[in-house]
Amino acid sequence: MNVLAIDTSNQPLSVAVLADGVLAAELTLNMKRNHSIQLMPAIQYVMGQAELKPADLNQIAVAEGPGSYTGLRIGMSTAKSMAWSLNIPIVGLSSLKLLAAQVTDVDTFISPFFDARRGNVYTGLYKRTSEGLETIEADHNGTMQDWLDQLSNINQPVIFTSSTRHDFTGMIRETLGDQARFVDSMVQYPKASMLGYLALYEEPIPVHSLAPQYHRMVEAEAKWLEKQEKGR
Amino acid sequence: MTEANEMILAIETSCDETAAAVVQGGTTLLSNVVATQMDIHEKFGGVVPEVASRHHIEQMTVVMEQAMTEADVSFDDLDAVAVTQGPGLVGALLVGVNAARAIAFAHDLPLIGVHHIAGHIYANRLEQPFEFPLLSLVVSGGHTELIYMDGHGQYDVIGETRDDAAGEAYDKVAKALNLPYPGGPQIDQLAQTGEETYQFPRSYLEEGSYDFSFSGLKTSVINTLHHKRQKGESIDKANIAASFQASVIDVLVDKTFQAAQDYGVKQLIVAGGVSANQTLRKRLRDRFADSDIAVHIPPLYLCTDNAAMIGAAASIQYHQGDVADFDLNANPGLMMP
Ligand SMILES: [Zn+2]
Repeated sequence: MNVLAIDTSNQPLSVAVLADGVLAAELTLNMKRNHSIQLMPAIQYVMGQAELKPADLNQIAVAEGPGSYTGLRIGMSTAKSMAWSLNIPIVGLSSLKLLAAQVTDVDTFISPFFDARRGNVYTGLYKRTSEGLETIEADHNGTMQDWLDQLSNINQPVIFTSSTRHDFTGMIRETLGDQARFVDSMVQYPKASMLGYLALYEEPIPVHSLAPQYHRMVEAEAKWLEKQEKGR
Repeated sequence: MTEANEMILAIETSCDETAAAVVQGGTTLLSNVVATQMDIHEKFGGVVPEVASRHHIEQMTVVMEQAMTEADVSFDDLDAVAVTQGPGLVGALLVGVNAARAIAFAHDLPLIGVHHIAGHIYANRLEQPFEFPLLSLVVSGGHTELIYMDGHGQYDVIGETRDDAAGEAYDKVAKALNLPYPGGPQIDQLAQTGEETYQFPRSYLEEGSYDFSFSGLKTSVINTLHHKRQKGESIDKANIAASFQASVIDVLVDKTFQAAQDYGVKQLIVAGGVSANQTLRKRLRDRFADSDIAVHIPPLYLCTDNAAMIGAAASIQYHQGDVADFDLNANPGLMMP
């Protein structure tokens, strides 16, 4: 199974190729640059290093969000178009799950998160068990304070990990005290090889129906809905 | 290595239409699929960029598949992939650009980045051959330009709007008249039943200029409406629409005719969304009727945004060897080549 995996959900950009299910090439960039310009040359590079042609691919894996709307669409449009035009299966995986999967601690809660501005985060709760990585609380968008208050009720250690810059460290310590642990910075950035491995165990979904998981409505749409509600 | 009768898959996502088409030899339309988001943006009274981008990513592969199926071609039949590079909404453009790049890479095809306005102009070539020199009047929501061409792919912008595009003025006046989005066609329709009872300004700018300005006209209409509403006077929407439209079209037709004469062109090519306007089409044809300049206005389905026009323009670039690298990027403010 040859897999091309792509994550452009946030500032880090990572692409990897698994050849026969084993990592062959991977490239991760964490620069404040335009993903749209970086992505295809990066894919070209890893494919070349892995000595694979596009026609040799058997599957595409893409991080489906949450994350930067534009970043998600750059990866998703590329991934979908490749999968569709090569007629191969595609798998979409949570960008937060990918971060959580890089934490190897067993039987400990893991809360990956991305800053969503104005005190908000995209986050979820995961735990690695003998069965694999379990989703305890689905990805969602909300205020970090609410999320931390919720986590304080479980009275067990929680490992926090984030691949984007944020100012929540103080708030986490204040709310959770000793309950909070922070991930080793070594595993803090998403690696597409992990995405590729996770994808081996996921059901492909029909390429036309795959879309980014934004976890947030467009403001204009939210306002419009609100207006409709009031009009009733 | 270029094929004479090359087959191009073209993609266009610069605004609120997700479009794909297959064009052969730059002149033959094999398929032309457009998924419009018009009804979606109608409730917001205009295009919301993030909403447009979200729809593009959902529609992109569906639309491309339909274009390939209707054209009855496979990837092996294709000689190039073309995409609108700009101008347009950056988030919307990015969906198409990344799709095109991925297909070019996956199938080892040349990638061609096309200017949206070049596309609008070349929509006409799907209908009849170009004869140079020619003049193109480009009128849309974002553009009002007079472009002189003395050969394929040679664009000389001799006049452009200094403020609002004609289509933009239409949309804003339509909003002031409380007409539903999109306003342009609504005003055109209303104007058919109205009379030119208001004297709105016609801005010709300085002597000899081919530039346009519509913001003064727009402000004048909006002020007139405002005063009438304040005084509680009734507003005859049809007459306002007819008077406003007469002002816009007088200037468009006069300047276009003058430029066509001055430059001694053989053809006038009309392009862009506003070229669907019935009154503009008729007035241009009437004005040029006694000249030896042929007027070409594309059928309605080629006036609005579509990918066939991108494929038609890309054909010229393909033969000129104007091929992009994989770092081709969306450029919302792309200048005419
Ligand atoms: Zn257009």
